[in-house]
Amino acid sequence: MELTQEEQAALNGEKGDTLQTAYRILVATGEATNAEKLIPISWAHLSGVNYNTIGDSGEEFLRKISQDAKVKVKTTVNPMGFDFDHISEFKHIDEDFVRKQASIRDSYIKMGVDPTFSCTPYDIFDLPEKNTQVSFAESNAAIFANSLGDLKTNKESAFSALASAITGKSPYSDLRKDEIPTPLTIRMKMDNPNELDFGMLGFFAGKVGDTSVNISGVSQPDRRSCKAMCGGMGTSGTCAKFQFVDSDEKTGEKVDFGKEEMNEVFDELNTTDKGDLITLGSPQLGLEELSDLSKMLKGRSFKKRCMIFCSRAVQNQARNLDYTNEIEKAGGEILSDCCTCLTPLIDTNEIDSVTTNSIKGAYYLKNSTRVGVNLKPLSKIVEDDTQ
Amino acid sequence: MTKVIVQGKVKGIVLKTTNPINFLGAVDKKTGIIQDQKYDIFEKSIKNSILVFPHGIGSSVGAYTIYSLKSYESAPLAMICKKADLTVASGCALANIPMIVVSNEQFESIENGKEIEINTESTTILN
Repeated sequence: MELTQEEQAALNGEKGDTLQTAYRILVATGEATNAEKLIPISWAHLSGVNYNTIGDSGEEFLRKISQDAKVKVKTTVNPMGFDFDHISEFKHIDEDFVRKQASIRDSYIKMGVDPTFSCTPYDIFDLPEKNTQVSFAESNAAIFANSLGDLKTNKESAFSALASAITGKSPYSDLRKDEIPTPLTIRMKMDNPNELDFGMLGFFAGKVGDTSVNISGVSQPDRRSCKAMCGGMGTSGTCAKFQFVDSDEKTGEKVDFGKEEMNEVFDELNTTDKGDLITLGSPQLGLEELSDLSKMLKGRSFKKRCMIFCSRAVQNQARNLDYTNEIEKAGGEILSDCCTCLTPLIDTNEIDSVTTNSIKGAYYLKNSTRVGVNLKPLSKIVEDDTQ
Repeated sequence: MTKVIVQGKVKGIVLKTTNPINFLGAVDKKTGIIQDQKYDIFEKSIKNSILVFPHGIGSSVGAYTIYSLKSYESAPLAMICKKADLTVASGCALANIPMIVVSNEQFESIENGKEIEINTESTTILN
């Protein structure tokens, strides 16, 4: 990779340890993606905010780097482990966790980020103009940006996005160029798919696809389904982009996603037929989804605890528009700054299993939170688990 | 074709898997033990191994897992992949774990359980 004199000087450590670390990461990721140079980016979205995922070493790293690191471009951040406004209601979370999570939050704020604590930055901000180069680490957000937002980003890692935020640069990898080779088309063979089916399609596509995939046989899914697909795809693979195609005649290799393929994904992630708790939101719910939910819950109430995750910005908008009223009347707990994935709010001493419509959530509930997972589309959750 | 992503020189025993690895969901960040039963190296530890796997997948936070493994002295000595991805590359860069990308043929020829030496200065893998 060719570096400018200034970039080379920073890599050599002439501009301090922090920039040297940032450039070391950019060079390694540039080599990994065959980039010939670094280019400017205008928005970074960072992952690595939840103490549960990054642990003590991550907390220490951020505390140290935030002593002198400042973000150079607009920078948003992923969810934390919990919602500080509601932490007193969750007695099982120990003080050490709360203290370390506060330290991580403060380190990011010290570096100058916009404290969004959301995995859905595309639901909070208007997206910049077409083909703008950004650096999104959160996998569902990177896939959304490339596939539905007309932006360009690598499927960045937590560190490569942080390096981009600090330097304002990212490797000029294939995904940032105009033509991305997309040799594989996935033919959706399921009729009338719901958001759970789209999540499973995404999970499947992430496994079989490389950098980018075509998807045929799908007509204009709603935003909930699109987000579910981005979440599923980001969890299972390296694939960073999809595009819907009308016809698969001219494309190369084809793979079907039918009953058999869907059952295989379902059986991998669904481990029980009943959940002790319901979680909605991974990715966090947007305003439209909260509006839908409030209509679906009108006059009903949950038979069991239900946690509903959305960003703080979306929650505030929903309160202003009074979408939260029906949801809370039905017993739904609206939580912000956190998400189903790896939240310690799910107390494994109290519950053994979780019902969710999120494929991404299911993967981490099963493998990291280590609880049983019961997968159901939202319509079925409302039908079975409310009265 | 061998491509160096992070430099270094180490000798160790190969732990090879055919499964792409999601470091966040599948690896315990303190012990290095594989905790997802879908993997063919389920319940094995990647600590102090030369970890040979196709590529990283999934969460971008996996880079922190790699950094955490290094802090707990549970990291692999080196990583060899068929395809480089940003999560593994950046995690290894920050944790200073040598990492190389090899061709399909080279990948196939590396045997599980064998002692090998990697030297990125001369880009060699010695059996």
